[in-house]
Amino acid sequence: MNEHKKQAKDVIVKILKKLGQAILRALVVIKPSLIAIGLGLFIGLIIMLIFDAGDAFPALGTLLIGGFNGGLRGIGNTLYQAAPIILTGLAVAFAFRTGLFNIGASGQMMMGAYVAIHIGVRYTLPGTVHWIIAFLAGMLAGAIWGLIPGLLKALSNVNEVVSSIMMNYIAGNLLIIFIMKYVFNPTYSRSLNILRTAELPLLTSVFPNSTANIGIFIAIIVVIIAHIILHKTTLGFGLRASGFSMPGSKYAGMNTKANIITAMTLSGSFAGMAGAIAFLVVGKNIGTAFEIFPQGFDGISVALLGLGEPIGALFAGLFLANIRMGAFYMQRYSFVPQIIDMIIAVIIYVTAISAALQMIFKRYGQQFKAWRLSRHEKKEGK
Amino acid sequence: MDILYLLIQNAYISMTVLLVVALGGLLAERSGVTNIALEGIMILGAFLGVWAIHGLEIYPYSLMTIVVMIVVVLIWVISLDVLVNFGLSKLGFKCVGLNRLHMKQRENRLYIALNIFIVLVFASLIMLSFFLFGIPKQIILIMGIMIGGAVGGVYAMVHAHASIYMKADQVISATALNLFAPAFAIFTARFIQRGQQIPFSSSFMIPKIPLLGDIPIIGELFFTRVFISFYIALALLVIIWIIVYKSKFGLRLRACGENPHAADSLGINIYKLRFKAVTLSGVFAGMGGVIFVISTSTEFNVTVAGFGFLAIAVLIFGNWRPSGILMAAIFFGFTKTLAASYTAIPFLDNLGLQREYYELIPFIATLIILAFFSKNSQAPKALGQIYDQGKR
Repeated sequence: MNEHKKQAKDVIVKILKKLGQAILRALVVIKPSLIAIGLGLFIGLIIMLIFDAGDAFPALGTLLIGGFNGGLRGIGNTLYQAAPIILTGLAVAFAFRTGLFNIGASGQMMMGAYVAIHIGVRYTLPGTVHWIIAFLAGMLAGAIWGLIPGLLKALSNVNEVVSSIMMNYIAGNLLIIFIMKYVFNPTYSRSLNILRTAELPLLTSVFPNSTANIGIFIAIIVVIIAHIILHKTTLGFGLRASGFSMPGSKYAGMNTKANIITAMTLSGSFAGMAGAIAFLVVGKNIGTAFEIFPQGFDGISVALLGLGEPIGALFAGLFLANIRMGAFYMQRYSFVPQIIDMIIAVIIYVTAISAALQMIFKRYGQQFKAWRLSRHEKKEGK
Repeated sequence: MDILYLLIQNAYISMTVLLVVALGGLLAERSGVTNIALEGIMILGAFLGVWAIHGLEIYPYSLMTIVVMIVVVLIWVISLDVLVNFGLSKLGFKCVGLNRLHMKQRENRLYIALNIFIVLVFASLIMLSFFLFGIPKQIILIMGIMIGGAVGGVYAMVHAHASIYMKADQVISATALNLFAPAFAIFTARFIQRGQQIPFSSSFMIPKIPLLGDIPIIGELFFTRVFISFYIALALLVIIWIIVYKSKFGLRLRACGENPHAADSLGINIYKLRFKAVTLSGVFAGMGGVIFVISTSTEFNVTVAGFGFLAIAVLIFGNWRPSGILMAAIFFGFTKTLAASYTAIPFLDNLGLQREYYELIPFIATLIILAFFSKNSQAPKALGQIYDQGKR
C-alpha cells in the first residue's frame, strides 16, 4: 500500500516538475513580451500618477481586469473586440515571417468590411448562406488589397511599407465614396444596417446583452490554419525561408517573388476577414468621416507581442482586447481612455528595442555577477 | 481670373506644409533612416506649438509665457549673432562670435564677454518692446512654430535613439511614435482643460504686403493673402538645398545614406550623423505641424489630416531631391485645393464627383510613380537598413 502511495507521489512530482519546466521554458520564450508589457504598464502608471495620484492604482487595476469588470457581458464584448484584432495581428505576423511589414492591415480590413456590408445590405439570401458569402467576399476584398503591394514589391521592388500606407489612404477615401453611393443611410450619415440574415451567429445565450459572435471561433480556427500553413507545409517553409534570407532562398531555388505575393495575399485575406467579422453585426456601421481603422495598428502591436507567431497573436490579441475593454471601464475614474494608446505605444517601442535591451540587461547582469564574485573572493581572501 | 488666383493662394497652404515636412523627411531618408513617424511628430509639435500660441494670445504676461518668450528670443538673438559673426569671419573680419569659443587667449575672452553683453542687450530690448507695445501677431506665430520645431526635435530623438543606437526596426519604432502622439495630446489636453480642442483667436493670414502686393501679377500671386510660413518654407528649401549639396555635412549625409560602411571607413561617425539628421527632420515636422494647424483651422483638434504620410509621398514623388520635392509639393498642394474647393470651378463642379475623388489623386499618383519609375528612382541605397559596424 505504502509502495503504491510512494509511486503515485513520485509520478505526481515528476509531472509537476515537467510542468514547471515547461512553464519556465515558455517564460523564457515570451520574456521579451512580458518585459514590454511590464514596461508599458509601468510608464502608463507613472503618467497616471503624475496626473492623478489618488486614482492611479485602482484605475490600473480596472485596466488589467479589463472585460471581466462587466461580468459575462463584458467578457462577451471583449471577445467581439478580440476577434478582429487577433486576425489583423495574424495578418501582420504572417507577413513578418516572410520578411514583409504589412502596415496596410487597416486598409485591407476596411475593404473587407465594406464588401461584407455591401453584400449584407444589398443582397437577399437565405440565412446561413448569406453571412458565409458576405464573410468570404470580405476576405477576398482584403486579399486583393493585400495583393497589390505584394505585386508591386515582387515585380518592381517597391517598398511594401510605403505602398501599403498609400493603399490605406486610398481605401479610406474609397470607403466613403462607396458608402455614399451604395449603402448610404442619410439620416445618420453612415452605412445602412445589414440584414438579419447576414449577421454572424451571435453567442447571446452564453453572453447576454453583448455583441459576442462566432467571430472569435473563426479567428481561432484561422489562427490554427495559419500555424499549420506556416510550420507544417512546404509553402510555409518557403515563406519562412524567404523571411530569413531573401537571397539565400533565391539561391536555394525558391521562387521568392511568388512567395512575396502569396504572403501578402494571405495576409490581406486575414485582415479582410477581420473587417467582415467586425461589421457583420446588426447595428455596427461605418461612418462617412474619414478614418483609418485603428485595428490595423493594433495588429502591429499584437504581432510584435505575439513574437510574430500565429498562436502568439491569438493570446496577445485576447490580452490587448481585454485591456482595451479595461480602458472603457476605467472611465469611471478621472482618466481618459487614451491612456491605453500610450501604453500600447510604449509596448510597441519596447518590443522594437527589446533585442538591444536584452543585450544591455545581459551586460549589466554579467557585470553585477563579476562584481559579486570579486567581492566574494575578497572576503574569502581576508 | 480671380478664381485662379484664389486657387493658387489656397494651394500655397497645403504646399507650404508638405514642403516643410517633406524637407525634414529628406534629411532623415538621405541619411538612411526611414522616418514614417512624421505624422506623429507633426501632431505633437502642433499640440504644444499651438498651445504656446494660445497662451501667448491669452496670457501674454503670465510667468510661463514670459519664460517661453525669453527662451525663444534668446535663441533668435544667439542664432542671429552666430550667423552674423560666422559670415563676418568668412569675409576676413576679426570677429567677436561665439564660434570662437574654443580659443583660450585672453583677448578672445574679452571679445566673448563683449559679445554676450551685446546679445543680452539685444534680447532685453526686444523683450522690453514686447512688454511696451504687445507682441505682434506674426511674432507670436513664429514663436509657436519654433516651439513646435523644438518639441518635434526632442520627440524625433526618441525615434532616432531606438532606430540608430538600439538597432530597432525603423518602421516599428516610428509606428510607436505615431500612436503615442495623438493619445498623449488628447490625454493631456482633456486633463488640463476639459476638452481636446485648443483654440486660438487670431487669423495669421497677411491680407496684403505693402508695396510688393501692388505689383500687377506677381503681387497677386506671391504677396496677397499669404501666411508668413510660405516664405519660411521657401527659405528652408534654399537652406536645405545648400546644406545637402554644398556643405560638408550634406556630403557626409548623402554618403551615409548611400554606403555607410564606406563613409565609416573614412572616419565619419555614422551614428552621430544619423542622429543629427533624424532630429533635424523632427524639427521640420514639428514646425510643419504648427503651420498646418494655423493655416487650415482655428483650433488644434489632434489631427494633421494625414499630411505626415502625404509628405512621405511627396518625398518619393520628388525623387529624394529638394527641387523634385518643390514640384511634388506644388502638385499635391493643387490636388488638395481641388478637393477642398472644386465647387468653385464650374467645369469640375459639373462633373459631379465628390471630394474624395480628388483626395485620392495624390496617393494613386504616388503608387503609379512607384510602380513604373522605381527603376530610375534615386532612393538612398542604405535606406531602412540598420547600420551595424560589424556587418559587411
